[in-house]
Amino acid sequence: MNEIIESVKNLSIGFNSQKGKQISILRNVSTNIKKGETVGIVGESGSGKSTLALAMMGYIKQGLFPLKGECLFKSDDLLKMSSRQLEKIRGRKIAMIPQNAGQALTPNLKIGYQIDEALRLHTDLNKTERDKKISELLNKVRLPSPETMAFRYPHELSGGQQQRVAVAMALAGKPDLLLLDEPTTGLDVTTQAHVLELLRFIAKDTGTSMIYVSHDLGAIAQVSDRIVVMYAGEIVLEGPARKILKEPIHPYTYGLLKSIPKLSLAGLPASMPGSQPQPGSINEGCSFYDRCNLATDNCKKNSPDLEHIKKLDTNVRCFNYKELINQNNNLQTSITKKSNNSEANEVLKLKDVSISYAKQKFFDQLLNKISDQNPTVKDINIDIKKGETIALVGESGSGKSTILKSIAGLLKTKDGQIKFENDRILSSDLKMRNPNDLRAIQLIFQNPDESLNPNHTVEQILSQPLKLYFNLSGEELKKNIIDLLKKVRLGEFYMSRYPRQLSGGEKQRVAVARAFAAKPDIILCDEVTSALDVSVQAAVLNLLQQLKEDLGTTYVFVSHDLAVVRAISDRVAVLYQGRLCEIGPSQNVYKFPSHPYTEVLLGAVLEPDPDIKPKLVAEDIVEEKPPEKGCSFQGRCPRKIGDICNSKVPPWQIGENGNAIRCHINIEELASLQQ
Amino acid sequence: MLLLILKRIGLGLITLFIVSLITFVGVEVLPGDACTTYLEREAYGAALDACIKRLGLDVPAYERYLDWAANVVRGDFGYSLSGEMPINEVLGPRVKNSLVLASVSILIGIPLAIVLGIITALWRDKLPDIMISTITIFSMTIPEFISATLLILIVAIWLGWLPGIVIIPSDATFYELLSNIILPVVAISMIMTAHMARMVRSSVIQVMASDYVQMAILKGVPYWKMVFRHVLPNALLPAINVVALTIAWLLGGVVVTEVVFNYPGLGRLVIESISNRDLPVVQALAIILASIYVGINLIADLMTLMLNPRLKSLQIRK
Repeated sequence: MNEIIESVKNLSIGFNSQKGKQISILRNVSTNIKKGETVGIVGESGSGKSTLALAMMGYIKQGLFPLKGECLFKSDDLLKMSSRQLEKIRGRKIAMIPQNAGQALTPNLKIGYQIDEALRLHTDLNKTERDKKISELLNKVRLPSPETMAFRYPHELSGGQQQRVAVAMALAGKPDLLLLDEPTTGLDVTTQAHVLELLRFIAKDTGTSMIYVSHDLGAIAQVSDRIVVMYAGEIVLEGPARKILKEPIHPYTYGLLKSIPKLSLAGLPASMPGSQPQPGSINEGCSFYDRCNLATDNCKKNSPDLEHIKKLDTNVRCFNYKELINQNNNLQTSITKKSNNSEANEVLKLKDVSISYAKQKFFDQLLNKISDQNPTVKDINIDIKKGETIALVGESGSGKSTILKSIAGLLKTKDGQIKFENDRILSSDLKMRNPNDLRAIQLIFQNPDESLNPNHTVEQILSQPLKLYFNLSGEELKKNIIDLLKKVRLGEFYMSRYPRQLSGGEKQRVAVARAFAAKPDIILCDEVTSALDVSVQAAVLNLLQQLKEDLGTTYVFVSHDLAVVRAISDRVAVLYQGRLCEIGPSQNVYKFPSHPYTEVLLGAVLEPDPDIKPKLVAEDIVEEKPPEKGCSFQGRCPRKIGDICNSKVPPWQIGENGNAIRCHINIEELASLQQ
Repeated sequence: MLLLILKRIGLGLITLFIVSLITFVGVEVLPGDACTTYLEREAYGAALDACIKRLGLDVPAYERYLDWAANVVRGDFGYSLSGEMPINEVLGPRVKNSLVLASVSILIGIPLAIVLGIITALWRDKLPDIMISTITIFSMTIPEFISATLLILIVAIWLGWLPGIVIIPSDATFYELLSNIILPVVAISMIMTAHMARMVRSSVIQVMASDYVQMAILKGVPYWKMVFRHVLPNALLPAINVVALTIAWLLGGVVVTEVVFNYPGLGRLVIESISNRDLPVVQALAIILASIYVGINLIADLMTLMLNPRLKSLQIRK
């Protein structure tokens, strides 16, 4: 058990800047991987975690090169090996499971061939033995019908299935060490929980060591024995998983854990100020100095070494870690938010809304109608009150973004009405809406990299809505822009910056400011925090809440992350395959009884706590289309009661908590089942 | 899949029909008709009447179109005016000559382009890439009438290795042709190869940067195996359509090169028949060239469909 498989010693990796300076993105990293152990490497984007993981396979990305140190795999330095020698190790001794299997599988080769290739390279099996082995492996990763799976192409599989194929491919060479680079990022919550469960099983079953790289402390908590926390290219904390997650003694880890929204807590997570320093910008002192609330003058001048604390079996890079010992219970806190006024008027009503993506047939086009009996989104009835935050949750394909686009007028509805203020019907055609309605409903997109014009300065970006809706110019325009920037906590000097000169969080703030420039009544938020790091996510959530409390804006908040939704929303609507399953005040939806689908979703959420294991109650099958009749969740429901689920659309039942559930099972019975 | 092929063939036929209509109408609206152009100054009185009668120009236009179209479908393009011989006999050797020139250029140019493209991509920014890229960009930028003339000057006149212009009857045999077409082939290949090599290069570079290539490396796949198995099939797919367009361009007659080398191919026939106002031949050529473009693009699309599993299953699902 204590045999060391791979050890990294004083590794620094960097690149040459345009000014010819050497800039390191990995600084003096040392760590050991023991046999049979799973090590989680966690850090936010830009912390160097992927660079470290790839270096552990002897792979350095183009443009980077090792500055010093070594990566020893069983006493051989991988960084000094020829490509011939590396071919013998990669896939056979150390195998990789990539982040996005959909892009990491070669598109023109069948699944079976790609696994067979690994077998041919790394085993001595003959053709028939290999064929047997392929279906064994596909079976092991729990893919349906392994016999036919081998003859399919990567694109014919769902995201979760592709990830399983990547796992099977990595296992083909019977490696001693598995390297997992964000293997579940980008998968749906239920799929993610299933893949993690599989990985845990494989680690136990084969005794393989694993290195699990992720930004997601929830996933890391589920698989790791030991955790390495990286910040700005350095290891800042390293130790047993439980210790790190429950008693983090480095201020960065402490702040990170606090900024993760948790299912069990209402209210917003605390945010950490600032953002990670750019590579090469730290000259002296601790790299976390700017954002640390324990920092002293000593931290500014001297950089702390990684110190081993025997009692806790932990390495920590901090002068003041002692102040954090025994403060653990503080992790379970959150900022309470002002609840909205429940007496308020309804500002937006969705009545029987259906939306179809079906292509119009020739005759339908002539008659200008859509004749789709089974539309993507069907029978949506939601009334949204002024000043409320309503969240739409569901996995990919649940129609949540589709509904958002329809409200914004970007997508025509098939049936039903969208009513705005005093029951005035909004046209489903954007061109028919009057300018004031367009101003009143604003949209913030998921990815600010794509929603901000890269050739415009922040000033130009923000001046557009101000000019368009309010005809502002000159000094007045400038004053308004500065006000907006102040509202999203950005200084005046940001006006002349281009989006590429901003960090991810700053970009999203500009996008928020642009939405607020129109003085809207309703803001539609489409996964606005999912492209952001957790510490930045907490800051953006807090900002949105603050703005809402100050200005009385209404949010329609779309997200796949149930913990984030819990943190920000007043009311939650759960969607499956474009049909509403449950709707109610958020504190009640997160309590039982709930719709079986809500139960499945809640069970699959990964909490950054090794003691809370996800409950996997339903299979992670991907359904391409909603069922033609009956309950939308019939295909996956763990509580299905029989034919009635397939034939009749379930009725709405209102629970005593005030949440409405659409299920054939009596609501009290559901409550006792879920106890 | 079969339905798709039929659909594409149907669309191709419609395209050809439209092309035939446009050329026919175009010829109709030109001042004068075949007889006035043919007879020139004698175009009056009995001679003109006789000619009109002989060519059947006295019947209404739509009848003539239908008549002509029916013959074309049967493979008969009618009579050429200037030569007063069946157009099929005029066209036959020209088509053959163009085919020879095109296929030799294709056989040499396309493999060369692919190999050069791959070499430049795999040794990106190293010596082989810098050298080949400089040459390809150079030969891409020089217009073909200059490069062709320079070739004649150097190889034929200074060195005297090869004949400078092609002096052969239009019905020469294949072997007679072969020794004469070396210079035209070189001139054509220079431009064609350069364009395609650049395309292949950027396509290979793009695929080399993909996640699945990194994955193949980390899987322990040896370098050349990775190149042939994981990179090339994906990188060359988008090249198919470019190759098709190039082939169509070659078959359609490389006018400038044919004129410079005095090569009796389709391209020169186009020029000749237009300047002779030999309208039936122009019509016939328009139809033939259009069919070449339609046919080759159809083949290219079908090949892309066959080779790209992603598109294939997409079509089947529909």
